[in-house]
Amino acid sequence: MSKQKLVIILLLLLTVQATSVFAVQRFPKPEFETGYIQPETQVPSPRTEILAVMDVVVLLLSLSVISWIVLKKRSRNGVFLMSVFSLIYFGFYREGCICAIGSIQNITLALFDYNYILPLTVIAFFIIPLVFTLFFGRTFCAGVCPFGAMQDMVAFRPQKLGSRLNAILGMVPYIYLGLAVLYAATGTDFIICRYDPFVGIFRFNASFSMFVFAGILLLSGIFIARPYCRFLCPYGVLLNWVSRFSRRHITITPAECIQCRLCEDSCPYDAIDFPVTSRNPESRQVMVRKLMLICTLIPFLIVAGGWTGIRLHETLAGVNGKVKLARQLLDPATLRIQSEPFEITAYKSSGKSQMQVNEEASVMLKRFYTGGWILGGFIGLMFGVVIAGRMLNIWRTDYVPNKGTCLSCTRCVDYCPVKSDLSKVNT
Amino acid sequence: MPDRREFLNTLIRGSILAGLGLLSGALIFRTGKEGDCGFDFTCGSCSKSKDCKLPRALESRQMVWQLDPSKCIQCGRCATNCVLTPSAVKCVHVYAMCGYCDLCGGYFKPGTKTLNTAAENQLCPTNALKRKFVEDPFFEYTIDELLCIGCGKCVKGCGAFGNGSLQLQVRHDRCVNCNQCSIARNCPSGAFSRVPAGNPSLLKGMGTETETGKLKSS
Repeated sequence: MSKQKLVIILLLLLTVQATSVFAVQRFPKPEFETGYIQPETQVPSPRTEILAVMDVVVLLLSLSVISWIVLKKRSRNGVFLMSVFSLIYFGFYREGCICAIGSIQNITLALFDYNYILPLTVIAFFIIPLVFTLFFGRTFCAGVCPFGAMQDMVAFRPQKLGSRLNAILGMVPYIYLGLAVLYAATGTDFIICRYDPFVGIFRFNASFSMFVFAGILLLSGIFIARPYCRFLCPYGVLLNWVSRFSRRHITITPAECIQCRLCEDSCPYDAIDFPVTSRNPESRQVMVRKLMLICTLIPFLIVAGGWTGIRLHETLAGVNGKVKLARQLLDPATLRIQSEPFEITAYKSSGKSQMQVNEEASVMLKRFYTGGWILGGFIGLMFGVVIAGRMLNIWRTDYVPNKGTCLSCTRCVDYCPVKSDLSKVNT
Repeated sequence: MPDRREFLNTLIRGSILAGLGLLSGALIFRTGKEGDCGFDFTCGSCSKSKDCKLPRALESRQMVWQLDPSKCIQCGRCATNCVLTPSAVKCVHVYAMCGYCDLCGGYFKPGTKTLNTAAENQLCPTNALKRKFVEDPFFEYTIDELLCIGCGKCVKGCGAFGNGSLQLQVRHDRCVNCNQCSIARNCPSGAFSRVPAGNPSLLKGMGTETETGKLKSS
């Protein structure tokens, strides 16, 4: 019993200085007399690196196969099979991580934070789809991205949205991309991963709000084909830009367009550009006026956007942990709360002074000030570019897929009555 | 006649390709601050990592999530914020640190009268912490990981009254290694960080190279 008393006394003594938990061993390791063998603490090792390499190999192979199917075989069934495979491998087997969409944030963080170690696989997942898109168009979207594959399978009754609605909703990805880059660059959060709707389905496990979001996207996806890809996906923005300069791209007709208009309604994504011949060529005066308007509009939108960004930078910084903590500490309301938030407890045990916290928060706020300017300017620029694009009439005689927004799903190919390159056969 | 639009396209394509190449090259070969090897998990920015023969440096490219028990305040968010249910964070018992106390701060609720395994005495909400008699007056405590939900109640108790041998850790046989760990995002004390997959443990008191290195440098 004397031992127990000693234990209690020791406890009383030590609870007073209970700050540094690991510095002292309060109770010495006992010397066992009965030959008791102390079990060893097991540390399970993570997934081996070979499998990460395998992911990259599978990505490369599936991109090669899908590009061949889209450009050479022009087979919708092939694309469908490939997307089933990707959904199973990248979606359900790899559980959606790492994906190309999320890798934007890792790349950004690595560019801004030297201490962040960037795995090679993440670089590969970011770069490889972009390179393939640069040569073959957005074949990645067609059948490698598990998000796209999942939404493509539920697009039963796609409706036309009209070019204006498409353009307005199409602005969202630019804002999303800008925010994702801003929050990744400041080391705040990976918002693409945070608001990732489908990862919960891949893992059969998610929070309620995530399932609701996924449900809304998939249900609306029946009528609005691929809502995430077209109106949210930030990686799609990069692919869109790169794809515009792609070396090769899927064509609706294998030979020459015969203007039969059969493919007009075939595209569920409104990505077919119709012939523009009526108002062309515009008079020189009209063209000059348009150019002048664009040249003044874009700088104005950039400045306006930047100004808005600066106005909003404190709000934007509000989600940053450092800023949040400093605000909580400064807020007199925190003192009155009965149970203090965990953040305050953690701050107290960390041994930081309030000065340090405020200092960190003000550095962060400065970064958000610059970031807010750039973000707003970027969004303004993108608005300007989209408006300019809608003002221009590019002379076009045939039905062609829009190289930027076309997802290379090959649905339109089956609608084209021209089946092979007859002109070449004849000559 | 050479197609002007095609030529411009080729030019832009070339510059995008060069840009992507530069970017990936810079990302792969970037070197950061200089510094001696204090085992502080910054291999990626270490200028010596190429010649480094330490196992961590060799595998430093693949990163996994881990939580640092010395920063952990046992708020209980690990149990609720993981994408997995139950969480990938579990309590791990470092036997080497354990005092085998009869009155275990991690096992018993504060104010327990009789020290037995009765359910009302236990701190663990899921009966995951098992108590077994070894020899007078020592008791062995083991964790049934299938039952553990990673709430950290026992960790708090052990840290406050005992040696701190019970510690929370991300178990990598369960962790799916999300790009952004949803616990890390909500961790109030910033205890979560990416660590090299070759040495994914941040347990204290294991007598590993990490700690001996830290002891030497300090």
